[in-house]
Amino acid sequence: MQILINGEPVATKARNLDELCGELGFAGAKIATAINGSFVAAVKRASTELSPTDEIEIVSPRQGG
Amino acid sequence: MLKLYGANFTSRLLLGTAQYPSPDILRRAVEASGTEIVTVSLRRESARARTGQGFWELIEQLGVRVLPNTAGCRTAKEAIATAQMARELFGTNWVKLEVIANDDTLQPELFGLVEAANVLCAEGFEVLPYTTEDLSAAERLVAAGCQVLMPWASPIGSARGLMNKPALKTLRAYFPETTLIVDAGLGAPSHATEVMELGYDGVLLNTAIAKAADPVTMASAFAKALEAGRQGFEAGLIEPRDMGTPSTPVAGTPFFKIDRVS
Repeated sequence: MQILINGEPVATKARNLDELCGELGFAGAKIATAINGSFVAAVKRASTELSPTDEIEIVSPRQGG
Repeated sequence: MLKLYGANFTSRLLLGTAQYPSPDILRRAVEASGTEIVTVSLRRESARARTGQGFWELIEQLGVRVLPNTAGCRTAKEAIATAQMARELFGTNWVKLEVIANDDTLQPELFGLVEAANVLCAEGFEVLPYTTEDLSAAERLVAAGCQVLMPWASPIGSARGLMNKPALKTLRAYFPETTLIVDAGLGAPSHATEVMELGYDGVLLNTAIAKAADPVTMASAFAKALEAGRQGFEAGLIEPRDMGTPSTPVAGTPFFKIDRVS
């Protein structure tokens, strides 16, 4: 399945958001996630199934003003 | 003492963490400023670079509170989702709420700002909205539950200082109980002093310090400028006068002659 992660098309075999984060090497990383513009809490990633049209955001802390 | 949603802080300066020449200069500038609160953001993370993980380690070492922003958001929906991600990531209900209207001025989009503030306050966020000096927007933000207002002085990063000082003064008069912090547009320590002399509770800065030739010394200068302005406000400034008034006593002036008095 091909989905958009942070604006880039990515092929994945992950069935849910938690698997996707693990597949990308984010296990244990300080990240937050959203799908299609809506926040998905860490505890809900495993129960959030992925679809081919999904647009995923994976963010982390950064400098800010 | 700066009060933010029930928490008290000795320093009245909130400092941004972007644009410093190096992480070490950022750390030293934070120390020199005396700030107890730094602003941070959320950005897309790369699995390869893992940029955010290293930055977070640096922030944790500073030992200060973080105020996450929603910088770059164009709609209430984007700002709400960003705030929700920030709350989970940083473990704080605080959010510096930004909804941007225009690339050139980076001015707040007040309709989206009020919409997002209503939603976030209802969800238990403690919202610090980046707004303008507009009174009607301020009233709606306070009605939404905001205990803090953060009007701009001038466009973000412009270093122009207080473009509409009378309006900032009016805002202070209309909201005597609300914590008011000027956020954005200051360039010189004297600008911060002006803000504090108006009776504002604090100042949020980034570019003026980070882009100075010597950010660490500038951080110290701003800290002193804020303190001077606050002391000036508390001491009670005299009102400006149209005409000159001698400070030295007139009575007993040598060589005084009545026909010289105009």
